Amino acid sequence: MSYSLVKPLCDTALLGRVLPFKVCRRKMPGYNMSYRVLRPRWMKCFPVLSSSFRSLSTQPAKDGVDLSKFPVDKIRNFCIIAHIDHGKSTLADRMLEMTGAIAKTEKNKQVLDKLQVERERGITVKAQTASLFYSHDRQEYLLNLIDTPGHVDFSYEVSRSLSACQGVLLIIDANQGIQAQTVANFYLAFEAQLTIIPVINKIDLKNADPERVESQIEKVFDIPREECIRISAKLGTNVETVLQAVVERIPPPAGSIDDPFKALVFDSNFDHYRGVVANIAVFGGRVKKGDKIVSAYLCKTYEVNELGLLRPEEHPTQKLSTQTQTSEHDLRPGGMFEHILRPSPDRYIQKEHDTNHTSIFLPFAGQVGYIVAGMKDVKEAQIGDTLYHQEQPVEALPGFKPAKAMVFAGMYPTDQSEYPTLRSAIERLTLNDSSVTVQRDSSLALGAGWRLGFLGLLHMEVFNQRLEQEYNASVIVTVPTVPYKAVLSSAKLIKEHGSEELTIVNPAQFPDRSVVSEYLEPMVLGTILAPETHTGKIMSLCLSRRAVQKNMVYVDDQRVMMKYLFPLNEIVVDFYDLLKSLSSGYASFDYENAGYQTADLIKMDILLNGRPVEELTTIVHRDRAYSTGKAMCERLKESIPRQMFEIAVQAAIGSKVIARETIKAYRKNVLAKCYGGDITRKMKLLKKQADGKKKMRRIGNIEVPKDAFISILKRKEK
Amino acid sequence: MLKYIFREVSRGFSPGLRRFSDVKVTENVAESPTFPHLIEQASLYLHWPYCLRRCTYCNFNKYIPKEDNEDIMAKCLQRETETLLQLSQVSCITSVFFGGGTPSLAHPSTIAKILETVSNQVYLSDEAEVTLEVNPTPVGMSKLKDFHFAGVNRFSIGVQSLQDEHLKSLGRDHSSLEALQTLEEARRLCPGGVSVDIMFGRPEQTIESWSNELSEMLRVCDDHVSLYQLTLERGTQLFKQVHCGQVTMPTEEMTAEMYRCARKTLQQHGFQQYEVSNFAKNNSQSRHNLSYWKGKQYIGVGPGAHGRFVPLGEGGATREARTQTLEPDVWIREVQQRGHGTRRRIQLGHLELLEEVLVMGMRMTKGINHKHWELFNPELGLHEIFGASPVVQELLQNGQLILDDRGLRCSWDGLAVLDSILPILLLELDKQSFPKAAS
Repeated sequence: MSYSLVKPLCDTALLGRVLPFKVCRRKMPGYNMSYRVLRPRWMKCFPVLSSSFRSLSTQPAKDGVDLSKFPVDKIRNFCIIAHIDHGKSTLADRMLEMTGAIAKTEKNKQVLDKLQVERERGITVKAQTASLFYSHDRQEYLLNLIDTPGHVDFSYEVSRSLSACQGVLLIIDANQGIQAQTVANFYLAFEAQLTIIPVINKIDLKNADPERVESQIEKVFDIPREECIRISAKLGTNVETVLQAVVERIPPPAGSIDDPFKALVFDSNFDHYRGVVANIAVFGGRVKKGDKIVSAYLCKTYEVNELGLLRPEEHPTQKLSTQTQTSEHDLRPGGMFEHILRPSPDRYIQKEHDTNHTSIFLPFAGQVGYIVAGMKDVKEAQIGDTLYHQEQPVEALPGFKPAKAMVFAGMYPTDQSEYPTLRSAIERLTLNDSSVTVQRDSSLALGAGWRLGFLGLLHMEVFNQRLEQEYNASVIVTVPTVPYKAVLSSAKLIKEHGSEELTIVNPAQFPDRSVVSEYLEPMVLGTILAPETHTGKIMSLCLSRRAVQKNMVYVDDQRVMMKYLFPLNEIVVDFYDLLKSLSSGYASFDYENAGYQTADLIKMDILLNGRPVEELTTIVHRDRAYSTGKAMCERLKESIPRQMFEIAVQAAIGSKVIARETIKAYRKNVLAKCYGGDITRKMKLLKKQADGKKKMRRIGNIEVPKDAFISILKRKEK
Repeated sequence: MLKYIFREVSRGFSPGLRRFSDVKVTENVAESPTFPHLIEQASLYLHWPYCLRRCTYCNFNKYIPKEDNEDIMAKCLQRETETLLQLSQVSCITSVFFGGGTPSLAHPSTIAKILETVSNQVYLSDEAEVTLEVNPTPVGMSKLKDFHFAGVNRFSIGVQSLQDEHLKSLGRDHSSLEALQTLEEARRLCPGGVSVDIMFGRPEQTIESWSNELSEMLRVCDDHVSLYQLTLERGTQLFKQVHCGQVTMPTEEMTAEMYRCARKTLQQHGFQQYEVSNFAKNNSQSRHNLSYWKGKQYIGVGPGAHGRFVPLGEGGATREARTQTLEPDVWIREVQQRGHGTRRRIQLGHLELLEEVLVMGMRMTKGINHKHWELFNPELGLHEIFGASPVVQELLQNGQLILDDRGLRCSWDGLAVLDSILPILLLELDKQSFPKAAS
């Protein structure tokens, strides 16, 4: 499933809004790779190392790597996790260079972040996986760096990626210290019982204070300070130590080659020629070309057409038995990069590659690679699914969940004539992102469009940005909404819907109170890290968002970590922007889904002279009804032009009006002059108005311009 | 500037350069086979492009003359008049209007020559209304007698305001006293044939000051009043002043109230509103302007003038919207070379013509009567076009619009929001004329 394009960004905490802050730093000049490369989602930035089986980092690779040299105990699978901009991609770049996966040049920045949006935002949308060859104590090791998106929107993918690993590198900026996402990522790794190696990056910075960060780590994560490795990924300082720690501290994977074949799908992409390319981690046994495999979730059988290593580009192998030999050449990254990405050759190692060699490789227990098996749709290779041999069914790996959209937004072409263009852009983007749900929708005001479901806000933002940047599509994106649930009380309705719980995505489906025993809203557990001086303001902001404080800890004498349980709906629109602005940019925020909770939800209608405007109906919490209704009425008042009669703009719950604005009637609207027979200009103006009327939506006798709907429904620009 | 419109009637004795005759002016005129009579006559507008100075609110086509070129201008106006009369093939000019600019800057002999040109070529009744816009300056006043002698029988005086400080800030070159004197002289020359232009919605104006000013005006004016709202036009000095906050304009609510209050006051003083901006008593409506609103032909002569007529002289069969070259110097050169300075000609299709008839006609309090409409559109009557539309029904029910045996017109309240009503009517007209295309 790589389809998820959007993976998240690693770092950022919330919504994408945050992202922009950091963005620019990571731009990489000159690199422009084709987007087709998207890798697995979870892997974020790191290239995978597929490096060739080269030897150590600093050493030149030897010729002829023999995969069989890498029994399970010579394999290490690990992730790098970090808050945004703490240097995850830079460290990955250095590791790729040191193990010879890529040439060492000034240009190696964010080698694995290939999309424009990734570079701009400094996030990883499409994760990458790379296999690295590293010699340590005269032994050669195969290090599989599995990149993860890191953002909570993708915490499911992250958890799947993590389940393919035995350890993680937790990177923390020596200047900024622990941030919200550092915490969220730590817990994901901790819960997965992985070995955690804390790495304090950017020690070369003037303001670096590794001592303080080590204290925070001790305090917050209970990891002894001696275990921290201080590095500068930028300068390469101590990166070698990190590689050594990976070998020494992280345990090898558990599987055995003799077990039945069993693999975890941790990402997938779509390739127009080959179909779905799934990235897998082999938990046991082996697989080879021609084998018949089955996906546990869909129970469909496929024949393996192609197998290979990710280094980070795909590198095919013919067989997969453990005995096969791999030629070193084949594994060289230079070869694959040039072949697939066509970047300027000097970026990569200047080895010649011998095309005659077939790389061999593959999947045995403990290893990581890709598989092409005739799957036609990324939805057939769901992240977290298990693959096994047709003859040897195994129990599926635990933890699989189909992707579940948590944030919904309508997307409409700015101009209906652009509908087909937008449709094909959305189709192409979702081809690689199975986690986006697409539903056709139409609005009386905005025309034909779609209702898309995303894993989270960042996922949505990245998707929009890619639509605009890569497909040049001009889109109206509506204010995001969250999926509510209603627990039905009537047996008849339960029968009708097939279940007691009904998920409500569109306010039109909101069931009446009388048939519902309770309504539920999605909750998230938010983590905020901020300087202590801002806590007062942050607490009142959270309070105003119906949040409940769960805990508050001083991570050191200046920074506070607060945990709040938020209704998701309260943070989807502008929470992060407000948080940033009231903390002068110093607060960081991250959240994870925390299930559903009972909520006093009501349906609010917007009325124009007593008639409901269907597209403006909203589901709100009772406590927020007044403020939301008032704000909507005010915005409508500003955007509906005066007409010949007075217009009452009201927000109502059932028959009770809770807010009202009045648009006064025109008392005078006539041009009191007529220059010497020159009526051309006046005629033009009147005809333009007459034409405009055709496009207006009539509610009763009131004409509402499309812009009025847009101003209310559209998400505000950041 | 503001006088773009004419008022009508003049009686007065006009010296008679014109032929006298009894031809009645036919109500039907027509162009195209449908309304053959419309094309036999037209009104004539002459544009004098020069002003002595630029008013702060004016963006109209006028120029501050660099040199005295009155002779050339006079010759060119005559020449273009000849050419266009010839082209239109009309046999009768029903009214003449000298607008500007400041046409009272022209020499009375220029006016006389032009009128002579007209009467030499077509029938121009002695009764025909001949209006001249006058700036109420001492110089303008001193020439009124000569203008009258030249054939002008109606004066439209740009009083604008009776408050000297306002006149000054608007950039006008006269005082209120001069205005009153000019008005008096004009009334002496053309009793019942004098109109005053007054302007509301001026910067710093209050409802109360407007009301007082209007009452004062009503004590001294003749039988015709044109009421204009000052509109802020881009590119004017006033526009800049308002945008930098030096000057405050009255709010929309205030100008609406000023308009309402003026309509009422005028009515109380016996003035009947016959159009959005025009009021008259004793049957002194401007015939010239009425002919615009009734969709009749008009010929525009002079820099930037607009016309609407069928160029029968070159075999044309449909009405054209014609615009003359804007800049006086260029226009002069063109007239000298080709006999006219027509810069743009657009043929009006049937629907476009109907749209103009509708938009102009609805400005009148009497609106459009069935007979008048039938003249232009014998196939489809007002009831058929508008009667069935639910949107129009709403307007009728709300009392803003009236559609009855007489025709289609705005109510008192409706006239104040005409610009909101017109797009609705245009849309219906469009739908009924092209039912398929509109659906």
